[in-house]
Amino acid sequence: MSLLKIEGLGKSYTADKQILKNVNFEIKAGEFVSIIGPSGAGKSTMLRCINRMVEFNEGKIIFNHQDVGSLNNKELRKLRTNIGMVFQHYNLVPRLTVIENVLHGRFGYKTTLQGVLGRYTEEEKERAFYLLEKLGIHEHAYKRCDQLSGGQQQRVGICRALIQEPKLILCDEPIASLDPSSSKVIMDHLKSISTEMGITCLVNLHQVEVAQHYSDHIIGLNKGEVVFRGEGSELSAEQIQKIYETNTKDLIIE
Amino acid sequence: MNEKAMRKSRWQTVIFLLIIIVLTYLSSAITRFNFVEGMATIPEAIGWIFSNLMVTQESMDKLPKILEKLAETIFMSIAATTIAAVISLFLGLFGSKTTKVNNFLSVFARFIASVSRNIPVVAWSLVLLLSFGQNSVTGFLALFIGTVGFLTRAFIESIDEASQSSVEALTATGATYLQIVSKAVIPQCLPQILSWVLFMVETNIRNATLVGILTGTGIGYTFDVYYKMLNYNAVALVTLCIVITVIIVDLISNYVRKVIL
Ligand SMILES: Nc1ncnc2c1ncn2[C@@H]1O[C@H](COP(=O)(O)OP(=O)(O)OP(=O)(O)O)[C@@H](O)[C@H]1O
Ligand SMILES: [Mg+2]
Repeated sequence: MSLLKIEGLGKSYTADKQILKNVNFEIKAGEFVSIIGPSGAGKSTMLRCINRMVEFNEGKIIFNHQDVGSLNNKELRKLRTNIGMVFQHYNLVPRLTVIENVLHGRFGYKTTLQGVLGRYTEEEKERAFYLLEKLGIHEHAYKRCDQLSGGQQQRVGICRALIQEPKLILCDEPIASLDPSSSKVIMDHLKSISTEMGITCLVNLHQVEVAQHYSDHIIGLNKGEVVFRGEGSELSAEQIQKIYETNTKDLIIE
Repeated sequence: MNEKAMRKSRWQTVIFLLIIIVLTYLSSAITRFNFVEGMATIPEAIGWIFSNLMVTQESMDKLPKILEKLAETIFMSIAATTIAAVISLFLGLFGSKTTKVNNFLSVFARFIASVSRNIPVVAWSLVLLLSFGQNSVTGFLALFIGTVGFLTRAFIESIDEASQSSVEALTATGATYLQIVSKAVIPQCLPQILSWVLFMVETNIRNATLVGILTGTGIGYTFDVYYKMLNYNAVALVTLCIVITVIIVDLISNYVRKVIL
């Protein structure tokens, strides 16, 4: 049974340029899927169409039996609570503490007033500490986020997504600003989220090898079109060339 | 930068300096301002200041009255600034790209900001003087309008700069507008916002003197009265009080700024 189904998706910001063209794919619950492709291929746009941070023009997105395109504001808010998001630049509130930032992930479940007053239940707080511990940053819980390293901030970002209790987590280049060892920590955490917690992960990546190592499936995007869909092992040099439009030996591969 | 570009930029500097020299010469010729003559009057002016603008025992008697007016001016500046700050915060949120509610309010906020900011406070005083007459409301409004313009502009920039990424993240969690503003935007921008408000309090205490002369309120009015009565010793005392106040306010706000940032 597929959790996410995308049919004939099309998107253009301006009339003269089509960013996404007739994109079709399906993702099963619990899968770890990567999207790779050159800069400007439309990876970020693709991801943001799924939770309608970007409004798409054509096609259909079915998430968890719901037609994403037809939701009104209230239903959209409800949908977004089921989809966590992790960003390249972490997108935390730097001046607030780690624990406050994690608890922000609960806003979607609260009334405006509860959120504004910062009312969190005991369970929510316990859950937040549990998640911080799981990602190994509980000793920083009361530190301000701007005092943390990039890798630590990204783990806070992941905690914020997890506390939403999402069915799907969208990651837009989660390791693009990190050094190799922090990158590995983050990717390992994301992988264990999908295997242990059964949460589906859809990750934009720049590193082909990382995608091959971690993903159940890889989607190759070029100029807004899906040019590859398959398992990491099926990704041949030819196919990489098709995605990136250069020879494999011209690519920097870590 | 290649060599050609460097040579070009050197030429630009020379031309720029020449233009400034010509402009200076032209404007002094047009206004018949003679630099040498102007300089020559300086010793005389200093002599006059020292012989006339001295605080005497007699003028000290007026101190309580002056201080009362001074307090009135300070409170008026603070009131005008804080009320303007509240209004500007809303306009700032509406005007910012990341937190705008709709396009109409966004354009409206930016319009208010540019109109009230690009007209000097003195001009506002004179305009308001016509409609409200010489009273403290006029002075208050003049400061208020200028401050709204300035702060709205400053707040829009602070909000734009500080909150774009976290607004995106919280929107994606399904948070509501008010949750996002109160828990992400405001906490992140608060130091800058307070810093701008303190800056405006300082500026307004200074401006209030000038506005007071025009609108007949507060310390500015006191200054004007003694000045016209040719009581220069009292004028000196008033000036001294203003200078001391501005310095104190400056010190306080620098201290507060250091603590919050
Ligand atoms: N808000 C926007 N308005 C107009 N055009 C946009 C907007 N966002 C993205 N684009 C354009 O859409 C295209 C795809 O952008 P997108 O960010 O989705 O690419 P990407 O694959 O994520 O690239 P990168 O790997 O560099 O992040 C680009 O050509 C970009 O200029
Ligand atoms: Mg991108």
